[in-house]
Amino acid sequence: MSKIVAVTGNEAVAEALRQINPDVCAAYPITPATDLMQRFSGFISNGKVKTEMVLVESEHSAMSACIGASAAGGRVATATSSQGLALMWEMLFIAAGDRLPIIMPVVNRALSAPLNIHGDHSDTMGARDSGWIQLYSENAQEAYHNTIQAFRIGEHLDIRLPVMVCMDGFIVSHSIERVEYLDDKDVQKFVGEYKQVNPLLDIDNPKSYGPLILTDLYHEYKRAQHEVMTKVKDVVLKVADDFEKLSGRKYGLFEEYRLDDAEIAIVILNSAAGTSKDVVDQYRDKGIKAGILKPRLFRPFPFEEVAEALKNVKAVAVLDRADSFGGYGPLFYEICGAIMPLEKKPLLINKIYGLGGRDYMPEQAEKVLDELSEIAKAGKIKTVKEYIGVRE
Amino acid sequence: MSKKLWEKLTPGSVILEAGNAVKFKTGSWRAFRPKWIEENCIQCLFCWIYCPDMAVKVKDGKREDFDFDFCKGCGICALECPGKKGKKAIVMEEEGK
Repeated sequence: MSKIVAVTGNEAVAEALRQINPDVCAAYPITPATDLMQRFSGFISNGKVKTEMVLVESEHSAMSACIGASAAGGRVATATSSQGLALMWEMLFIAAGDRLPIIMPVVNRALSAPLNIHGDHSDTMGARDSGWIQLYSENAQEAYHNTIQAFRIGEHLDIRLPVMVCMDGFIVSHSIERVEYLDDKDVQKFVGEYKQVNPLLDIDNPKSYGPLILTDLYHEYKRAQHEVMTKVKDVVLKVADDFEKLSGRKYGLFEEYRLDDAEIAIVILNSAAGTSKDVVDQYRDKGIKAGILKPRLFRPFPFEEVAEALKNVKAVAVLDRADSFGGYGPLFYEICGAIMPLEKKPLLINKIYGLGGRDYMPEQAEKVLDELSEIAKAGKIKTVKEYIGVRE
Repeated sequence: MSKKLWEKLTPGSVILEAGNAVKFKTGSWRAFRPKWIEENCIQCLFCWIYCPDMAVKVKDGKREDFDFDFCKGCGICALECPGKKGKKAIVMEEEGK
């Protein structure tokens, strides 16, 4: 039986990890890590899970230990946030290149300097090219569900890739929401047993991980890695189908909210999508055809499907909670890439919002939608990239 | 249709064949070459233990000459060699001399 609880995003994700009971978890237990791992280590201390917890001296070591444990043959999870993810950076590429399905919830928070650990997407956007699969979650419920599905996606035999499950710092990670928990047995049945294909601990068949591959084959290995990413979309959808049977909730590659006949649309990740949906409802009541596209699978990015969803929209604002300084926001580039092959393209603008935990208010969404209406009417853009919600 | 080269690679570049480093001959990197002077050798096998590769061949508990396919000329064996009565059993010589 499922049960309804009032919990934070961190509690919900820690609960998913408790239900899955990974073999090994390595983590660095102080800030910038959140209480997610603290709560999970509480389950270990209280004997609720059999997970071997390795407390290490840095996030770099945490990911290194996870890589070792995963290569050895274990089902491995960890969690991090902000600077912690930044410190893992070098090892992220190794986890992906070695094809180790480590599952890592990431609480999206800002990067220094200036020092700030409030919600924004700079951390995971910085890791988007590391070869990890990235799933984004609007609220605690989605973070809980995405964590459970991440195991099935990452550990799928055709995939075998690490997965980041992203949720907004504080807004979701530390705020109490209504969440529906699934039954332990159902979750365990859903994720199933994990079997490493090439475990190091199979000592009768010795093997080596992480060899030196120079100019003769490195390019080919990367070609193969690219190929694996092309298969992820189908697996995500298949897992979502199975998950719907279990939970009654439908997940896709992204969520379309009142987008069918929309003339203007906002593309936005995570919790701010919820705020935007309310504003879109108000605009719909006024007769303005507005909609939302909220990406769930960011890596690999579902370019064709997003293009299909946006092809009839006249003007689109891509809202980024991270900046590529000297460039556009990272999500904006993806949308540009998606609509590039379309003959008739929507007009695109990019807004940078909510950095370092700056609140995203309904008024900001209203301003963006008003500007989109003008762009749709005039057929041209004034400014492509702009910061919104900046104090005067 | 036959598979392309990249399709035949082991996922994650895992090496499944144990001991296949023997196929990767690295001796061409060498700038200095160790010379084994048998009459000074006390068969302590320090060189065999200390060699980071597999350049010291041992048969029936006794060392034989170097396997230069794997010797990079690091000189560790010459450094560790205790020799006999102050005379080294391994000395390094410049390659090509």
